[in-house]
Amino acid sequence: MLRATHKTGLVFFPAFDWAIDPTHPEREERLLYTQDQVFEEGLLDIDGIVELKSDLVTIKDIQRVHFCVPDPWAVITESHLISAGGAKTIGMAVLDGTIERGFALVRPPGHHANRVVHGARGFCNINIEAIMIEYLRRAYGIDRVAIVDTDCHHGDGTQDIYWHDPDTLFISIHQDGRTLYPGSGFLNEFGGPNACGTTINLPLPPETCDEGFLYAIEKVVLPILDEFKPQLIINSAGQDNHYSDPITNMSFSARGYAQLTSLLKADIAVLEGGYAIEGALPYVNAGIIMAMAGLDYSHLREPDYNPDRLRQDADVTRTIEKTCNYALEIWRKRSSIIHTVRQKSGCAERQRQIFYDTDNILETQQEQIRICDDCAGALRIDSVSDRGVRILGVQVPRKACQACIDQARHWYEDADRNVYRHIFLQDRVKDQYLERKI
Amino acid sequence: MIIGLDVGGTHTDAVLFGSHGLARDVKVPTDPDNLYETVLTALDRLLENQKARDVKRLVLSTTLATNMVVQNTLPPVAMVVSGGPGIDPEHFRVGEHYYVVPGALDHSGREIEPLDEAQVKEIGEKIRAAGLPYVGVVSKFSVRNPTHELRLAEVLAPFVERVFMGHPLSGVLSFPRRIATTYLNAAVFPVHRDFFSAVQETLAKKGIGVPIRILKPDGGNMNMASSLTYPAQTILSGPSASVMGAIAFAPQDRCCLVLDIGGTTTDMAVILDGAPVLAAGGIEIGPYKTLIRALQTRSIGVGGDSVVRVRDGRISIGPDRLGRALAYGGPLPTPTDAFCVLGMADGGDRERAEKGLLPIAEALQTSVTEAAERVFTEACREILAAAQQMVNDINSRPLYTVHEMHEGVRIQPDQLLVLGGPARQFADRLSSLFPGQVRTVPHWHVANAIGCALARTTCEVTVYADTARQVVTAQGEGYHEKIPSGFELKNIREVALDLVRKKALARGANPEFVQTEVIEEAQFNMVRGFYTVGKNIRVRAQVKPGLIHGYDPVSETLNRSDL
Repeated sequence: MLRATHKTGLVFFPAFDWAIDPTHPEREERLLYTQDQVFEEGLLDIDGIVELKSDLVTIKDIQRVHFCVPDPWAVITESHLISAGGAKTIGMAVLDGTIERGFALVRPPGHHANRVVHGARGFCNINIEAIMIEYLRRAYGIDRVAIVDTDCHHGDGTQDIYWHDPDTLFISIHQDGRTLYPGSGFLNEFGGPNACGTTINLPLPPETCDEGFLYAIEKVVLPILDEFKPQLIINSAGQDNHYSDPITNMSFSARGYAQLTSLLKADIAVLEGGYAIEGALPYVNAGIIMAMAGLDYSHLREPDYNPDRLRQDADVTRTIEKTCNYALEIWRKRSSIIHTVRQKSGCAERQRQIFYDTDNILETQQEQIRICDDCAGALRIDSVSDRGVRILGVQVPRKACQACIDQARHWYEDADRNVYRHIFLQDRVKDQYLERKI
Repeated sequence: MIIGLDVGGTHTDAVLFGSHGLARDVKVPTDPDNLYETVLTALDRLLENQKARDVKRLVLSTTLATNMVVQNTLPPVAMVVSGGPGIDPEHFRVGEHYYVVPGALDHSGREIEPLDEAQVKEIGEKIRAAGLPYVGVVSKFSVRNPTHELRLAEVLAPFVERVFMGHPLSGVLSFPRRIATTYLNAAVFPVHRDFFSAVQETLAKKGIGVPIRILKPDGGNMNMASSLTYPAQTILSGPSASVMGAIAFAPQDRCCLVLDIGGTTTDMAVILDGAPVLAAGGIEIGPYKTLIRALQTRSIGVGGDSVVRVRDGRISIGPDRLGRALAYGGPLPTPTDAFCVLGMADGGDRERAEKGLLPIAEALQTSVTEAAERVFTEACREILAAAQQMVNDINSRPLYTVHEMHEGVRIQPDQLLVLGGPARQFADRLSSLFPGQVRTVPHWHVANAIGCALARTTCEVTVYADTARQVVTAQGEGYHEKIPSGFELKNIREVALDLVRKKALARGANPEFVQTEVIEEAQFNMVRGFYTVGKNIRVRAQVKPGLIHGYDPVSETLNRSDL
């Protein structure tokens, strides 16, 4: 009798009636063959694997993470509430102890959604992992969380949301941003002045194979996780590193994904991208489920799998080794790097332009963070899109010190109503989301 | 006239049903070691002084196959399976003669690895040498493309008496369940064939010429000829007999809970808007998870004869039954004894019941009457708690589209229909605990046999089309055809409805009144690169479980000249 050694929960929400548009990679058909494979393998019948019905997230859950412009309803569809709800359902089941681990096999994805949302970018509208994490922190008192993003694209949205949070370790392994959307995720992006080193980027060269990915996991990710000691490990499980993916250039296999999953031992996996829907997703997803449940996946392979053709170039291997060493060095020197980053006391600023490729919007952002030794720091974001809507978003971080609470209040209350269409306060201490009216 | 006969674990119930309704009913004890005698005894008693040739329809529900599976007396059969990549098929081994062979299809039915026919022939030799007359063949994704199973059957045919294939059994995807179902089909076949042939022959001698129909766990029946192809589909039909017995009395626009309270167990099911709720997967029996379509039912070990004990100051009922109630000469106190003490029983030795309940009363530090009250209430509470659990299970079934999530109907029964031996007594107490209307089903003591008599013929087909490959496949119908690339959902819907109708007729449905319906349909554009290459279309159609045409639930009579 086949039995899972780790009790594993699955939320499967393929959203068979939702698409960005009919031929878009993010379309109705995307998880159809995965469903076929999962059902035909009988994975859901295995003792110790349970399928859970997805719950919905609430608007409050979204507002705990995002500043949606002008409001959440304008930037989401019902499918987003369900897909984020799938992640939340898994998170709750893990923390309730009804399952040991879980996989939210849902769409649409979320890891390109930033803190401010004017629309969709990289097929994402809201960040389903962040919404789950902040809900779990609120409801279960979880503090330290690690997110390992193994999607082929840099998880820039998740990075943005946790850029200033020293309690959230964000590690993204992805194809080098010089060769792929969104063009970010370089080694020198390692977190804001209050959270140096808790953002780690591992940009890998195109054609990286199983060997390279597993090397990065073993040499960098696992030791850092070990030291960070998170209470929860979340895997943003994008599957577009697969050798057959149509929009990327990596050479990862289904068995490689399963091995990565076994090594990572994530408590929660959330599906992100992956667009080789016929030749890769059915096998990769089956592999991830089997690995999470602790089942033997040595018989799993894609129909066209040929390990000889998936050998890594020596050049590629050298680049990976260099990148890994550099990332580890940043991690080890993180406390001294802080001094370099904090050139002046008071507030640090950054100005950015963010392009929403899916919705064709250009956002300009001015961000201010109060440099703080006692908390993640009060945050002020002045954001305007090329559609002309300018907003101010102010955040009181979780566990904020009094000085940061006062600073955030001050920013919120003193903002000029004539300049901003909307003025928002996201107060994570009081778990409140306010909009200032005249 | 129609005969309905339901073999239960304790009793076998049979009814004779005619144009004026229930004409006669009998109840005989079941001899689990001789079901043939049990069935014939019941039929003989039912037909005393009746004209056998007036019997125009005869539906049986037996525990024959169920018992073989539960008691593990299945004869050995060989299995040949081809899995390809995925979970090692060795994990799904059934029996000693289980062979895993090369050969693989992908999720769309495309061949990714050919069969090794020479090896299959060698296996055929081994199976013949082992003296096994039956072999089951199953390949992964065979419902998308049956070619490998058909070829395996062809190659193995010279070595055995009969080959059973996996794809005809169900269109539902699950390789492990397909293996188990095919195995059960092959293993149950000889006993099933011998038993029903013997019954049929004996009936013929008595002047009943109509072919036997056999009840299925989905609440429908099929004729004997079809049952020889799908004998496993007769497993666990008992609970569906009761549901079909109650269905005529369930409202058409509400949610109704059916409780069949027997001596050993209580079986429960839900009827939503007049139709029984089907289980999401197939039946599970013994170690086997199958693809055999069934009503969603739940069975708990609380019945009229369940043993009552006191554990840690609390009443505990069942799940065991050790013979009859004390009031009827049994060894230990039961809920039936509680009725007896409370003066609610139709007979039985009240003094013996009171004496038997005395230790229970002492342990609870109360009077015998109060103890009886509490036993009774506790039994009802346990039944309702189990029913609520089943309702919760139905409500927590996953949904896969935004539309379904939006519709998201949650069921909550507000009607209770009770049948079975102690139905009358239980209904009385249940009405004070259940927040809704509680009724006993008319003829509650034999309603299960009436359900058999009146159940219609049911079946289901799943049709899968891929317009890029220009193929359409329907499981079980030997249907694997070319289609034009322009085919759409509506064309496939027609194919499915046509196939399900043909299948129903082959199984013995009344051609005048076959009600078919589509239960699931979906159409996806298949995009490769950035171009749509075709459509992937899936349609499931069925004949919904229900009662035969002509039955009037108000007068409880049958308006059919042919029956």
